[in-house]
Amino acid sequence: MSYRNDPYDPKQAALLDPASLEAAVAEAEKAFATAADLDALHALKPAHLGDRSPVSLARREIGSLPPAAKSDAGKRVNIARQAVQAAYDARQAELEADRAARVLVEERVDVTLPWTRRPRGARHPLTTLMEHMGDIFVGMGYDIVDGPQLELEWANFDALNIGPDNPVRGASDTFFVDLPGLVMRTHTSPGQVRTMLDRQPPIYVVSPGRVYRTDELDATHSPVFHQIEGLVIDEGITMAHLRGTLDHFAKAMFGPDAKTRWRPHYFPFTEPSAEFDVWFAEHRDGPRWVEWGGCGMVNPRVLTACGIDPAVYSGFAFGMGVERTLMFRNGVSDMRDMVEGDVRFTTNFGMES
Amino acid sequence: MKTSLSWLREYVELPAGITASELDAALTNLGMEVESIVDQAGTILGDLVVGRVLTIEELTGFKKPIRFCTVDVGRDAPQEIVCGARNFAEGDLVVVILPGGELPGGFKIGARKTYGRNSHGMICSAAELGLSGDHSGIIVLPVDSAQPGADGRAVVGLDEVLIEVEITPDRGYEMSVRGIARELSTYFGVPFTDPGLLAAPGGTTDVPHAISVEDTVGCDRFAARVVRGIDPAAQSPEWMQRRLVAAGIRAISLPVDITNYLMLELGQPMHVFDLNRLGGGLVVRRARAGEKLTTLDGVARSLDAEDMVICDETGPISLAAVMGGETSEWQEGTVDVLLEAAHWDPVMVGRTARRHRLFSEAAKRWERGVDPALPLVALERAVRILTEHAGGTVDERILDIDHVAAPVPLTLPADAPGRIVGLPYSAEQIAGLLRKVGCEVTGNEVLSVVPPTWRPDLVAPIDLIEEVARLGGYNEIPSVLPPAGSSNGLTPAQKRRRSVGRALAENGYVEVLSYPFVGPGLADTLGLPAADPRRSAVRLTNPLSEEEPLLRTTLLGPLLGTLKRNLGRGRRDVALYEAGTVFLPHLTSTAPPTLGVDRRPTNAEWAAANAIVPEQPWHLAVVLAGDIEPAGWWGQGRAATWADAIEAARVALSAAGVPDDLVTVRAGEQAPWHPGRCAEILVDGAVVGHAGELHPAVLAALDLPKRTSAAEIDLDALPDAPVVEAVKISTFPPALIDVALVLDRTVPAAEVQAALTEGAGPLLESVALFDVYESSQLGEDKRSLAYKLTFRATDRTLTSEETITARDAAVAVTASRFGATLRGA
Repeated sequence: MSYRNDPYDPKQAALLDPASLEAAVAEAEKAFATAADLDALHALKPAHLGDRSPVSLARREIGSLPPAAKSDAGKRVNIARQAVQAAYDARQAELEADRAARVLVEERVDVTLPWTRRPRGARHPLTTLMEHMGDIFVGMGYDIVDGPQLELEWANFDALNIGPDNPVRGASDTFFVDLPGLVMRTHTSPGQVRTMLDRQPPIYVVSPGRVYRTDELDATHSPVFHQIEGLVIDEGITMAHLRGTLDHFAKAMFGPDAKTRWRPHYFPFTEPSAEFDVWFAEHRDGPRWVEWGGCGMVNPRVLTACGIDPAVYSGFAFGMGVERTLMFRNGVSDMRDMVEGDVRFTTNFGMES
Repeated sequence: MKTSLSWLREYVELPAGITASELDAALTNLGMEVESIVDQAGTILGDLVVGRVLTIEELTGFKKPIRFCTVDVGRDAPQEIVCGARNFAEGDLVVVILPGGELPGGFKIGARKTYGRNSHGMICSAAELGLSGDHSGIIVLPVDSAQPGADGRAVVGLDEVLIEVEITPDRGYEMSVRGIARELSTYFGVPFTDPGLLAAPGGTTDVPHAISVEDTVGCDRFAARVVRGIDPAAQSPEWMQRRLVAAGIRAISLPVDITNYLMLELGQPMHVFDLNRLGGGLVVRRARAGEKLTTLDGVARSLDAEDMVICDETGPISLAAVMGGETSEWQEGTVDVLLEAAHWDPVMVGRTARRHRLFSEAAKRWERGVDPALPLVALERAVRILTEHAGGTVDERILDIDHVAAPVPLTLPADAPGRIVGLPYSAEQIAGLLRKVGCEVTGNEVLSVVPPTWRPDLVAPIDLIEEVARLGGYNEIPSVLPPAGSSNGLTPAQKRRRSVGRALAENGYVEVLSYPFVGPGLADTLGLPAADPRRSAVRLTNPLSEEEPLLRTTLLGPLLGTLKRNLGRGRRDVALYEAGTVFLPHLTSTAPPTLGVDRRPTNAEWAAANAIVPEQPWHLAVVLAGDIEPAGWWGQGRAATWADAIEAARVALSAAGVPDDLVTVRAGEQAPWHPGRCAEILVDGAVVGHAGELHPAVLAALDLPKRTSAAEIDLDALPDAPVVEAVKISTFPPALIDVALVLDRTVPAAEVQAALTEGAGPLLESVALFDVYESSQLGEDKRSLAYKLTFRATDRTLTSEETITARDAAVAVTASRFGATLRGA
């Protein structure tokens, strides 16, 4: 592009001179670059983009040009003005980014400060362990049943083939009350009696809950403790099913290597009866067998007392102590910790055990 | 039951090198709980040998007399040993542990210099060897009882393996060497010699002493023999004493020791009378109520009409089957003895033992069941041992009054064991296993089984099935999951308890599980009024602590106790919750109907029985003291107040799925709460609980911090969570408008809000109280409640006219109901 051949008076259009425009652009760019912050940049705006700025004044001069030159001059002015505006915008964006970055730096906090304004509580590990155990059985098709803790002697003893002369019915094992025919249940089995009286087989239930025996509180005994017991009554139920159920439960509780080992035992309410150990690979002192609970096939006398025909149905029952399970599973060494309600013990477990 | 391996080996040919762990596994798999198996030989390490004392040199100049001895221990040179005991002389045989050995308790023996001499080993006392008995000096063995250098363990009885097992109550026959030996022979498949099958002479028509049995239910067999002129000074042989001691029974005298020995070996308890102290013939009968007898333990007892007694002309002389009496028992100098071996009713013995708290070794066996075929065998053994060691003349006449019923054959279908156990047993296998137990088995598809006399526990087919499973090996049973049940999932009550517990824990409360036992003074401490139903509590008749015999009727007592324990342990800010049952007795108590066990109770019987069971609803309680929000770097903490307790109750109701519009909170008065700071919580118009600050007097009485707050609600009184109806969400903009109402201070905020809600109509989306302001400018008894009302329509943007109309309608209801005025209006 050559301006030298333009047929107008250059004096009247000095600002339209390409060199002048270039200088104006250069000057604006230089000025903007020196603006330290957005305020300074804004202050520079009138001088370079305002009505009296070189590019604005240059635009006014277009009128003095011959028509043939107007178009060309207009383009030049526009290009110059756009260049100034672009420089301004670029600097503004730069300064805004600077400012945003600075704000972020200024707003930095110590994220390691504790924020325990609303401390969480905790659920008792016996509660959560019972829920965990119950849930495993719900997943296996069992219902969870509850029953009264102050229970009919008949349901706690007689119906379970614990006859009137059984020593466990004495005051040295069982809590009696000032109401005739009632005891503090010594196991959760009366809940199973109630279930058998309420429903017909197939019966698949577990009954977790509180039970009572007249043991003084010490490191391994408590007069109030918790059990979870299971009962299955159906046609064709065998000891093999009992074993399968306990093995599965053991795996669900203690991992894929868990299994059970049985020892013949005696319980009035089951026959054959066994005590069982569980292989506990995660024991803190190394893998080992741990005594876990008792089990057996429901004694036909129990079925008869509960209105279930032993010639048609058979069933199994099993039970284990929840405290005992928590003790070996979680390394609780003293029964009293589970009883006393010290928040430090419970809080340590949080919402699950 | 305690016994020893050598005793068992007399009757069962156990493998020679059987280890303790093999024995343990066998006993365990047979159903005995192994308490301990102690190989005594292992308790002393190194050389324990017999020595002959050759020379004794008395050393003087020390604090106590000391002897320097040379002892022949069967080696080339005599052993030089320093010894502090003095109860031996040159030529005596003693027991010496040589250097390198170790005594029980980790006491290592070395060669060392002591009292100026070299000592190579130690001459041992019984105590040092871990033996019971005389501890007054070192052991001096009988003359010529052993050669110097011989193993000392056998000589002092330290070559024994002691076994202690717990026998389950159904297996009385295992309370004997005979029974355990039989079981082990079955387990190892080795020969067993039954000491109970000894050929013994039968009863004679002419009897050695006049005896009649009046009650043949309590005593279905009574046998006796008489030996006269025994040497009263005769001692029990060493081997017998040792076995008795190993079994935990003190040696007393030859006749008494024999009866104890045979009880341990055969399982037949016996009694030995001094024939010359019996006043005439004996009568076996029930006691008369209140009859007196002084038993061998020196206790004068008042008898029950159910007890069985043996009487002579003077009255009862023995509490049958449980303990003898003082006047007739063998005593020092007895020369003529009457030996008794009877068979007693196990139920009677159990009751008598419990009634008189006499749990003798005999009673333990009777209660579990004793073989009724044993009396004559036991008497024959007793007579033989007695005359062998004490001489005397055996009366040829034998008394045997036998009313024992023959065992009843049981019918066992051959497929029954498989049906229960889950293993396909053949009829032959079943018969084989039952014969091992001692049963006679005939038949094929249906087996007829006669249990042996020593198994009174085998009374039903299931008992036989258990034997098949047990001897077949429990751990042979396969592991098979049953077909799955069809669960209904958790019940509404179970879900509610879980949700409530989780919600409270998330809100800062820590769960505790308190004992439900409370003291009789708690009702007064809590300030319960005289007519408060919570004063009526069930009482334990045998509480562990007489101070806490009652069952809780409110969770608060035990829970406040737990709160106090935490405060006592240095915790300042404590928020606890407990969900548990309370025990609410019916006002009248009657005995339940007698229910049998041979059939299901009828529905009417079952309902009648359950009608007496106290209500045991699940309650929820919270207690909180100190700060609910702790102070920290962020600033001040916030003390827990009545409002937090009420909020806890609201959280619980919300977690239980109770819709907000069913919940009412209003001022209430209920002990133990502060009468001005107690809220009554209602659901659907029924009171379900209370919350607020506890009464200052209660807090003072319990020594708890001021302002301690609590809530208790009856979870079982809550309705099941309904299926929640979805609300229509409006996308139109809300119109917000504030109103400040001036009302009497006594008007409950909850009612004001309800009135606003009612008046505002369906356009009201929410209402929130954001300021409570009191000042003298408002008036003495006035306060201002400022609410933010949010209006919104589902189908349009509200105009300001509509909004103001709705607001005015809301305010109008408060004005007409409570005389509220708009503040600044």
